Amino acid sequence: MSTKSLQQISKDGLWTNNPALVQLLGLCPLLAVTGTVVNALGLGLATMLVLIGSNIAVSIVRNVVPPAVRLPAFVMIIASYVTCTELLMQAYTYELYTVLGIFIPLIVTNCAILGRADAFAAKNPLLPSAIDGFMMGLGFTIVLLLLGAMRELIGQGTLFSNMDLLFGETAKDWQLDIFVNYPDFLFAILPPGAFVGMGLLIAIKNSIDSKIKEIEDGKKDGIVAGSKRVRVTGKIT
Amino acid sequence: MKLLNISSPHATRPGTTGGVMQQVLLAMLPGIAALTYFFGMGHIIQIALAVIVAVGAEAAVLYIRKKPIGFFLKDYSAVVTAVLLALALPPLTPWWITIVATLFAIVVAKHLYGGLGQNPFNPAMIGFALVLISFPVPMTTSWTAPTPILENAIGFSDAVTLIFSQRETIDAYTMATPLDLYKHKVAVATADEITLDPIFGSGIALGWEWVNIAFLIGGLYLLWRKIFTWHIPVSYLAALTACSILFGWDSDRFVPTSLHILAGATMLGAFFIATDPVTASTTPLGKLIYGAGIGLFIYVIRAWGTYPDAIAFAVLLMNFAAPFIDQYTQPRTYGHAKAKRGLPGKE
Repeated sequence: MSTKSLQQISKDGLWTNNPALVQLLGLCPLLAVTGTVVNALGLGLATMLVLIGSNIAVSIVRNVVPPAVRLPAFVMIIASYVTCTELLMQAYTYELYTVLGIFIPLIVTNCAILGRADAFAAKNPLLPSAIDGFMMGLGFTIVLLLLGAMRELIGQGTLFSNMDLLFGETAKDWQLDIFVNYPDFLFAILPPGAFVGMGLLIAIKNSIDSKIKEIEDGKKDGIVAGSKRVRVTGKIT
Repeated sequence: MKLLNISSPHATRPGTTGGVMQQVLLAMLPGIAALTYFFGMGHIIQIALAVIVAVGAEAAVLYIRKKPIGFFLKDYSAVVTAVLLALALPPLTPWWITIVATLFAIVVAKHLYGGLGQNPFNPAMIGFALVLISFPVPMTTSWTAPTPILENAIGFSDAVTLIFSQRETIDAYTMATPLDLYKHKVAVATADEITLDPIFGSGIALGWEWVNIAFLIGGLYLLWRKIFTWHIPVSYLAALTACSILFGWDSDRFVPTSLHILAGATMLGAFFIATDPVTASTTPLGKLIYGAGIGLFIYVIRAWGTYPDAIAFAVLLMNFAAPFIDQYTQPRTYGHAKAKRGLPGKE
């Protein structure tokens, strides 16, 4: 019963129905670990991995699971993928795993993932579900990255510090010191800074949306030169 | 017709917002004079810096919001916010902290919420709280020692140098505030030993007592001019006094009542910050509860918190509660029966 085109799915995940900016799901990890770019990227990638996996698995079993027990079944699937991700991170990026700590296991409670499983993957075939998982994960990761970059820049005056946690030794000198001798701005690093930053990102998105809408409305209602004016009822602007 | 959705009091009085704000500025003069006399020129520079930044930021935001700039600048609210913020900051705060605090107060705490009259929190205290949690070290080590016990008084050029450029020599001029010092020493010393420290002088707290009395005089002037009612300052001071007597009667273990009342920013908070008409409660009973809440929180944060003073956090916490207090303390309308309280019972 797929009614959406793949293009539409992508646009939903990245912009119109972005899990972080519009659905406001998964705020707990979003606000808690976005102190630096590397933390944000780590958590974003882990969430994306789980989201793709769980969407595929849920889509495959969607006709077998009775609706009454679908939520426990979905949670079980998600939990297995989270465990896989956790073990993978322990194996390959152990330092990052210790930095992110409890927020990796907590991906299982991220409403964005269960939400996509129930709202999309349970009703759609394999390919759209996989694309939806990828795009939703990407949308979530981009917001995490933006917030992480903003907080790292304002909080410590650097960008891409400690990237070696994720990319190995070669990434050690990726750190950019934007401001030299920067006094740490603790507010941006502490949770209140995350709330304010998140609010600003949502405000920017909304203002872009209303700008776009204004332009589109302007196109629709614009008076075409040379057209005759007709008295119409039912619409007053 | 569009109904006006504004908070009480609905009855207005002659005069303008600008007039009220000018009275507030006037009433702060004795306090500013006392601070300058006892703690050097730092406060004057902070006030000048904060006012310039605040007015500039206000004009810029008004321009972006397409509001009449001249009309809103003339209400002096940005100036009052800036002066209150500058008085709350330590006199030798580095210049960039003052700028960050002022910008945050005007742009985020005031205009993002809709400008004067719409802000749920006191902008000056938001700016102060922001820099206090963000830069704890410069914010707690920039308090100057009282001039009478300094070898060289802090002149204008000294203050400019210390605030704007090099801060290496700052230790020669700074000292913990009496409240902070007492709190930290009381664990290891008795009251008599602590008050030997020259910072307490021969009275209660050298310099601070006169600063607080000066703010008290300014506050009483505003009360006389009916800029605000007596409820908030009285319940604030009563609650603070009651708490400090209840818990702190033993001055060998707790900061004594006299220090709570006459040191730190107690009087500035009571008459100039807690009484902000926008963010405080508006009903008479509500004002009493609001003021008492601030007094209580000040005591709690001063006694068991780690910050040198508590006015900002106490005021902000009660700002949260003000709409709720107003909701439950609405006075009886003249000619109507008393409102039924609690859940409807069986008749």
